[in-house]
Amino acid sequence: MADKSPPALRASAPTAALLASAFVVATCGLIYELLASTLASYLLGDSVTQFSTVIGAYLFAMGIGSWVSRYVRGNELRLFVRIELLIAVIGGCSAAALFMLFPMIAHFRVALYAIVLAIGFFVGLEIPLLMRILKGYDFREVVSSVLTFDYVGALAASLLFPLILMPYLGMIRTGFLFGILNAAIALALLLVLPRGTRMLFEKAASVLVLAFLIAGFVASERLQRWAEVASYQEPVVYAESSRFQRIVLTRRGDDLRLYLNGNLQFSSRDEYRYHEALVHPALGRVARPANVLILGGGDGLAAREVLRHPEVRRITLVDLDPSMTRLFQRTPMLAALNQGSLTNPRLTVINADGFRWAREAQGRYDAIIVDFPDPVDFSVGKLYTESFYRELGRLLAPEGMAVIQSTSPLVAPKSFWTISTTLEAAGLRTRAYHAYVPSFGEWGFTLAAHRPIPEAAAIPNGRFLTPQIASRLFDFPPDMARRPTPVNRLDNQALVREFADEWARYEG
Amino acid sequence: MKVSRRAAVGGLGALGAAAAAGLGWVATRPNPPAVTMGGADVARGHRLRDGGFPAPSVTEDAGIVIAGGGISGLAAGWTLAEAGFGDFRLLELEDRVGGNARSGRNAVSAFPFGAHYLPVANREARALQHLLRRLGMIVGDRNGVPVYDEYQLCADLQERLFWKGRWQEGLIPRTGLTPRDRDHLEAFDAAMRAFRDRIGRDGKPAFALPVAYSSQDPDLRALDRQAFAAWLDGQGWDSPVLRAHLRYAMRDDYGCEVDQVSAWAGIHYFAGHRGWAEGETADNVLTWPEGNDRLVHGMAARFRDRIRPGRIVHRIAREGDSVLIDNFDVAANRTVRMRARAAILAMPHFIAARIAPAEVPADRAFTYAPWLVANVTVDRLPEGRGAPLAWDNVSATSNSLGYVVATHQGPTAIQTATVLTWYLPLSDMAPGEGRRLLLERSAGEWRRIVVDDLLAMNPDLDGAIRSVDLWRWGHAMIRPTPGFIWGQAPAAAQVRPPLFLAHSDLSGLSLFEEAHYRGTFAAEGAMRHLGHGFESLL
Repeated sequence: MADKSPPALRASAPTAALLASAFVVATCGLIYELLASTLASYLLGDSVTQFSTVIGAYLFAMGIGSWVSRYVRGNELRLFVRIELLIAVIGGCSAAALFMLFPMIAHFRVALYAIVLAIGFFVGLEIPLLMRILKGYDFREVVSSVLTFDYVGALAASLLFPLILMPYLGMIRTGFLFGILNAAIALALLLVLPRGTRMLFEKAASVLVLAFLIAGFVASERLQRWAEVASYQEPVVYAESSRFQRIVLTRRGDDLRLYLNGNLQFSSRDEYRYHEALVHPALGRVARPANVLILGGGDGLAAREVLRHPEVRRITLVDLDPSMTRLFQRTPMLAALNQGSLTNPRLTVINADGFRWAREAQGRYDAIIVDFPDPVDFSVGKLYTESFYRELGRLLAPEGMAVIQSTSPLVAPKSFWTISTTLEAAGLRTRAYHAYVPSFGEWGFTLAAHRPIPEAAAIPNGRFLTPQIASRLFDFPPDMARRPTPVNRLDNQALVREFADEWARYEG
Repeated sequence: MKVSRRAAVGGLGALGAAAAAGLGWVATRPNPPAVTMGGADVARGHRLRDGGFPAPSVTEDAGIVIAGGGISGLAAGWTLAEAGFGDFRLLELEDRVGGNARSGRNAVSAFPFGAHYLPVANREARALQHLLRRLGMIVGDRNGVPVYDEYQLCADLQERLFWKGRWQEGLIPRTGLTPRDRDHLEAFDAAMRAFRDRIGRDGKPAFALPVAYSSQDPDLRALDRQAFAAWLDGQGWDSPVLRAHLRYAMRDDYGCEVDQVSAWAGIHYFAGHRGWAEGETADNVLTWPEGNDRLVHGMAARFRDRIRPGRIVHRIAREGDSVLIDNFDVAANRTVRMRARAAILAMPHFIAARIAPAEVPADRAFTYAPWLVANVTVDRLPEGRGAPLAWDNVSATSNSLGYVVATHQGPTAIQTATVLTWYLPLSDMAPGEGRRLLLERSAGEWRRIVVDDLLAMNPDLDGAIRSVDLWRWGHAMIRPTPGFIWGQAPAAAQVRPPLFLAHSDLSGLSLFEEAHYRGTFAAEGAMRHLGHGFESLL
């Protein structure tokens, strides 16, 4: 070997540490990129778009980083370590940060791409720096080694991510873990450097970053919950994804709230207003409400009100989701709220699709309480159609009374009155009324029966409803007054379309 | 080797771990969806072509024999039963009647193998309305207009189109159109509306359904002699958006490209439907999870005791005033000779020509489009950006016709799994070539094509596809080529009593309405021939 040729890469601790850095930087970089893509698909949907734009943005930023590296001068090793620490912090926290930011900011994509671009930029800056640090050695070997570890690292990352990291650690913890690796390799590099290279500031910083990221890793579970809290504004005390829906319970002080697919179902502070108004005007107009049907209402709160009528002999409650009825039967806090209505011997729970059940059911009910979610999509919309109300009429005793929760007559007056029009098209008489439920706003209900619906009703004294109050609920001021609407049919779903329009207009 | 040893060991270790992980990945990857392949009974079909049936060992007598249990044969049988004519038999090659309208079923839902909907009937389709009343699909009248059963009308949302990365309502693109696209779409729509409303000089609608009721005005008939594409070129309507939509329509109803069908057939798709019902119902369709098998069962239930499945009718010949129908009983492995006073040949024309060559000359003008249908069971509903899941979901960038959701019509409001019926007419090759491709391409290869096409429309279905049930239709539809509907088809429809032909082939359009009309027409002709009194439904 000629004397003048540059030295080959020696098996020294610093070069090994530098090459290991290349491996770790590449692995971590790709992991962060996969995290961002997965998270964006998870939160925004359309995984093809998310993966392709995130990967594109990341590679683009790497290019910018590499280009900028030519303007970077000074102590390259120091800079390398600092950048590595920066990547550790940004990348390590990226998943947690994006999860927490998502419900808080309007332009989530801006945050997403900012993080992806920052990580890509710094990773792109690092590889050229590494080559320059090793410039004293044989260039042919430096390039080969650095790029080898860079690319091999990519494979390790792409295999680890779906197989081990996602299933066992989850996104937030994976982010922190790789941040820790990033910081650890920086610290290791600093420690194996020849004596005399001080870099005290860097050493201190890497220890701090390491400690911070380890803390994050340990607290991942809590962070995850905060993230969900952030989208619900109150602490989440229970969350479950059933076959049909996402069930989330939150609690702040004495305020217990149920959300289904992110939509508020009740707040324990004022649910009595809703459920008293739902149940008693109907039951109070039936001479002897012995046999009662509840459609929906898996929380058992309407059933609680029904059970206040001593004449009630039998309640049939049909709710789609066994997870809901089980939850409200077995959880002491929830069973206390519905006063154990779901385990009352007079009540039978049937977990079935209400649309199908009503078509196949036989028998007559003295009172029918329809407490379905609002008509937010074409599936739920079927439960508000003329066809469904014909089945309802078939199940309703000649002297019986039905009531339908009918969304807000203030926010969505056309939707609200569509329900009356549709019930009438199905051959039923109707009377609409409304009550104020603070957590919902002004809320509406529709009575339906085969005979003209009487003015007078026997209303028990409740926390909200009294005989005097109940008689006043039937007045509608002009902004909620009846207006002409189409009939909601299976083949036009006029209600779903109107409902979406009215709420979109209201919410801006 | 000059790379530091430690680094090399580390690198090799990483590679080893990666390789192990890779192997693990391959081993744990979910299995590809299960696949089955079905279709018309090829063995029985070929046996019919190759012959070699035993000589008749039994002879039976019947008033009328209907050979073929597709829609036209069933409509003929139903018409006879409705008219109180009880002395007839219906012979079907397959084990089940229904032809193109048969269906399958699994744990998730029933699903169609082919025909899956029926548009609200036109005013002139009196026989069809009569059937729909008897089957409880028309439930009454309001203001003198039929009222259809809401449960059986296609529920909202009916159609959506995957267009420029988003789902939109309806099948005609609405965004990103050039002024030329808009002009041509509007002009075409206006022209079609004019054709739809036009009454000919003979007082008949320009484009009727059944087509037999259409006006005979020469300028209208002239449209049948040129290709639809040539007619469109003549109008100057070359917008790619319009032409892509028309291609979808022609493949949807006829299994053909725009340049393969006659202009009369092409216009009929848009101008032939004037559903007789109130409001929006006029443009709606009747549909069921099992598709038109609902109609098959409704008709067959009327005379189930007279249906004989598993009978290969292989020879039909005249003998004096009666007809001999030789049919091979697959289960008993013998040939039965039926002597009938009249026979209705309710089968594709090329088969009628094969088994009754003395009566029905073979005619090369009858050509058939091959189709592949796949029923894909998924354990979650498809989603997508834009419009929510509809009954019919079409992609502007796919060569397939998209998919129909079997559970759209219930019975439940909320679903977690469903069956998607995916349709592909093999129209961009010669029909014979398409049939060969259907047979030669393996089930696994077809599955890959179906799954790739579905995932391109709905990446959200990745990992949710449980099974793919394929169904090959070698001769799915008659092709309404130029000159066929008003030239070759009527010429070929002529046979002498006591033989009667009944098949949508004779109309040139493979539609339920046509098959029903042809079956009813043949049954009434046979009863008239036999002197059986009845009230005509036509």
